[in-house]
Amino acid sequence: MPGGIASATDFLPSAPLGNLQLRARLLRGVREFFDRRGFLEVETPILSADTVLDRHLDPLRVTLPADPREPDAGRMLWLQTSPEFGMKRLLAAGATAIYQVARVFRGGECGAWHNPEFTMVEWYRVGDGMREGMQLLSELAEQLLSLDAAQRLSYRQAFLTHVGVDPLTASDDQFCAAARRLGASVPDGLADDADAWRDLLLTECVQPHLGRDRPTILYDFPASQAALARVRDDDPPVAERFELFVRGVELANGYHELLDPDVLRQRNASANRQRRADGKYPLPEDSRLLAAMQHGLPPCAGVALGFDRLVMLAANAREIAEVIAFPIARA
Amino acid sequence: MGVYKTSDFRKGLKVQIDGEPYLMIEMNFVKPGKGNAMYKCRLRNLIRGSVLDRTYKGGDSLESADVEEIEVQFLYRQVDTFVFMDNKSYEQYELSAEQVDDNWKYLKEGMACSMVLYNGSPITMSPPNHVTLKVEYCEPGVKGDTATNVTKPVKVETGAEIICPSFINIGNVIKVDTRTGEYVERVST
Repeated sequence: MPGGIASATDFLPSAPLGNLQLRARLLRGVREFFDRRGFLEVETPILSADTVLDRHLDPLRVTLPADPREPDAGRMLWLQTSPEFGMKRLLAAGATAIYQVARVFRGGECGAWHNPEFTMVEWYRVGDGMREGMQLLSELAEQLLSLDAAQRLSYRQAFLTHVGVDPLTASDDQFCAAARRLGASVPDGLADDADAWRDLLLTECVQPHLGRDRPTILYDFPASQAALARVRDDDPPVAERFELFVRGVELANGYHELLDPDVLRQRNASANRQRRADGKYPLPEDSRLLAAMQHGLPPCAGVALGFDRLVMLAANAREIAEVIAFPIARA
Repeated sequence: MGVYKTSDFRKGLKVQIDGEPYLMIEMNFVKPGKGNAMYKCRLRNLIRGSVLDRTYKGGDSLESADVEEIEVQFLYRQVDTFVFMDNKSYEQYELSAEQVDDNWKYLKEGMACSMVLYNGSPITMSPPNHVTLKVEYCEPGVKGDTATNVTKPVKVETGAEIICPSFINIGNVIKVDTRTGEYVERVST
């Protein structure tokens, strides 16, 4: 449909009304869950001068025109890929337990489990480490999806069990050999990119086994995939990052949060180097989050959960379009 | 020659891999939240019909295939080739017996078919989903036996053998599903 010209039935929602009712019930469930635990519901800008700087996240850019006769000239703002920066600024200002239900945007993400605009539930609690963060996430999944408590499984153990290599120390050749042995379809040009190999093996060979009988929380990610999590100085070091999987679906991502602004500056610079090498536009490295961290971010854990996927799991849906009234093709 | 980027990938795309045309019959976008985007594609070779699974990463691209589908009619069979004519341009195209494959069973003179051209040359054709064929020879049927579970082979006007219910007789016209090669119903006696 070039130009997005509507067909006669395109005005209709792609989601059955029953799924939209389920969606509304789950949203109430999320709010009850956090309200009962004393979390404060907050709202932070979705349109912001700052943006999360990640090698593989492509935020959408919006121009704020100063003159309506020149709609393309003006200040450049970003649609948030998650409300992380705004929420951490609130923590630095004294908030202790906060959650948000936010619409977020990610360029280029479109498929059975992805829509470029989607709903994220994100929360932070001061004083939590990875253990407490995983516990709260498990309780939320138990309550909203009526599931058993989540099993905890380290990233390393998951790879040793399902791939047969140590993901923290394996060479690219070992990753490659494992992928071929397990029959994974390997794209060209992965040769010298250990994280690309890890992602491929995780999605193709590990993920289908996760969260089958009960939810699985994968934890202790490779340090190179720390994002905004702190790195624990084990041998080899690991990122205190955790992810929830239910029936093979990645549902939530959490961190024992990085507090050191200097480390964040280094990671930002490195992520932009990778983006340039990938042929992508660089993203601003300076942000008000850095200023907040400079001021002092209290120790905390935070989690972001894909709400649309939660509804998909509850509804047994196969496509995200079954739980969104108007997905991108009909937006 | 056009190029499709991964962001253009979708079901129905016609692309070229190792010099051969493929139809993208499935496309799944896979991406760990903070990880590398991958595009898992299932592709059908438009010449050989074989199916290929390939995974691409964000930023990869595929060349588009110059593939065109045209309406033709079957003219006649030579020894080892079949001759068709483009309904619009009246241009004639020849396909080998190998390219026509099992479809020879259904080809009657003047039959409307579709044909796929790759870089201007014909590579495959397909007959209509249903064709009617006259029975030229079979063992006599048992009178009054209208059961469809008793079958026998019959020879139709194109020379092919079709498995039919035993009540079918010489001179009957039968409808056949060309996708499965199966008898559908008797059209006339």
